[in-house]
Amino acid sequence: MKDLARRKRLRHSLIALFTLLIFALPFIITNNYYLSVLVIIGIHTTVVVGLCLLMGYAGQISLGHAAFYGLGAYVSGILTSTYEVSPWIAIFVGAVGTGILAYVMGIPIFRLKEHYLALATLGLGLIIHVIFVEEVELTGGPSGLSNGIPYLSFGNFMLNNDFRYYFLVWTVALIAIILANNVVHSRIGRALRSIHGSEFAAKSLGVDTVKFKLQVFALSAVYASVAGSLYAHYITFISPSPFGMMTSIQFLVMAVVGGLSSIWGPIFGVTAITVLTEGLKSFMYQFFPLAGGEYEIIVFGIILVIIMIFLPEGLTSGLANTYESWRYRKEKADDAPKNQ
Amino acid sequence: MNLTSELLQYILSGLTMGGIYALVALGFVMIHNVTGIINFAQGEFLMLGAMFMVTLLGIGLPAPLALILSILIVMVIVGIMETGAIRSAKKASPVTLIIITIGLSTAIRGIALLVWGTNPYRIPPFSKGGTIHISGATLVPQSLWVIGTTAAVLVLTYIIFEYTYLGKALKACMVNKFAARLMGISPQRMSLLAFMFSAAIGALAGIVIAPITFVTYDMGLMLGLKGFVAAVLGGLSSTTGAVIGGLALGIIESLGAGLISSGYKDGIAFIILLLVLFLKPGGIFGTSNTKRV
Repeated sequence: MKDLARRKRLRHSLIALFTLLIFALPFIITNNYYLSVLVIIGIHTTVVVGLCLLMGYAGQISLGHAAFYGLGAYVSGILTSTYEVSPWIAIFVGAVGTGILAYVMGIPIFRLKEHYLALATLGLGLIIHVIFVEEVELTGGPSGLSNGIPYLSFGNFMLNNDFRYYFLVWTVALIAIILANNVVHSRIGRALRSIHGSEFAAKSLGVDTVKFKLQVFALSAVYASVAGSLYAHYITFISPSPFGMMTSIQFLVMAVVGGLSSIWGPIFGVTAITVLTEGLKSFMYQFFPLAGGEYEIIVFGIILVIIMIFLPEGLTSGLANTYESWRYRKEKADDAPKNQ
Repeated sequence: MNLTSELLQYILSGLTMGGIYALVALGFVMIHNVTGIINFAQGEFLMLGAMFMVTLLGIGLPAPLALILSILIVMVIVGIMETGAIRSAKKASPVTLIIITIGLSTAIRGIALLVWGTNPYRIPPFSKGGTIHISGATLVPQSLWVIGTTAAVLVLTYIIFEYTYLGKALKACMVNKFAARLMGISPQRMSLLAFMFSAAIGALAGIVIAPITFVTYDMGLMLGLKGFVAAVLGGLSSTTGAVIGGLALGIIESLGAGLISSGYKDGIAFIILLLVLFLKPGGIFGTSNTKRV
């Protein structure tokens, strides 16, 4: 019991420390490009926190999460530019709408198991992406929303530069992490982990598996939608291309690399992959001038394969487990001579 | 163009793409039945076959030789992939395996991007000749090659499964892996064999469809996904189902694109996927013990 309380305090103090660090960063880093990268990291972290909840704790998989991300972006974009709705209301509408859609679509999807489930999410994501491309009157089609999405603002205080937007994005991300953390350590979280452990056993203990899976799915969709809205108001222009299967896979890689079962996993994963991708951009161009396209996909692929084979728990949990087992073995070795 | 010839046109072009989907689906089903893995990289086998054909033709090899060499190269690459990546992850959960094959497919696409760039390539049609006209509908000679190749592959597969030892061993693995092991058949060798066979079919399909569509580094993505939908449609456990699923998907997609909306063409396949998964996950021909809660 004492150990549990100690770990809880440790976790809370780590979160507090991390919050301080995050909010101090923009005062230290003055390079605008790095700041913009950090904003994108914050937006992606919100998505991946939701995805990790779904995959790590509920044990379900989603290969189409970029669609929810895109729905948030498009709802925000369309409502604010074409219909001149207040951006904050639009974000809320997008989040609620996406959540409801996820819940409803989840009902038939979560009756499937394993790879059929994965495929259904893939199919859903692809269909939504096709809708983005095809409904030209509503979304502007492949050329994107042309009306111009307004910046977010608190009254007269406009969030129109990276410095200000950074704080908004990371506040949202931190709220997302803390909320997810609370879910994990609550009754719902324990129910989720029991489902992940053994669905049969959970059901026999009276856990309403269907309801919980749907709720987590909807929550992860809401996270993605809010992040998408933030993206729309940051870039002030959206097109279907960032919301396709490649982005879904990118989120998947970030979740897996960071570690699905740790609260710090999403941040690690997003940061690692983003840093890698940015670093690769300049490196690749020097060596492979033919590769004009998305060469980061080769890195995603290889990383995904290596991690899944050798370190399926990702960087955070996997490394922690490796350290734990090393320490355990060291303790056993130290104890052995005394038993003679 | 009256309605009958329009319909005929859609059906004929649907049969052409359907043949390709059938071949992809066949590869899927083969791997899935022998190893239980959903191979998301199947589409990339087609892309690799077509790409190597482009390169080999480019250095001046005669077409038949380039064809055979391309298929062999893809088989070797896939064999290495199987022994390297997939075998090391045998104990992993199904979800992990899916992610691994997604990773492999992405990596292969990325390497293709680096090697061949983003330019679309062209392969000349197998035989010369103008378009063929059948009561108002037009057909490119290459389409006949596609349909013919599909039929030939099916016949060949049937012969291999029924009359050769390796084929029968593969079939045994598909029916009951444990019993096959008791009979002295090595599941690991069969897994490798299944992958290489699927690779060969995939490469051939890619080469044969290449003169009709352009060859790009990402052509495998959509083809693989749709072939997969065809496999699910036919029931992941049945090779006949895979073929019929492929042809059906091709025709439905073509009719839908022509009659309803051409933009949603890609969406049609995935709507079919969702419908099948929700209503009858076993597919048209599958058994009823599919994984439903």
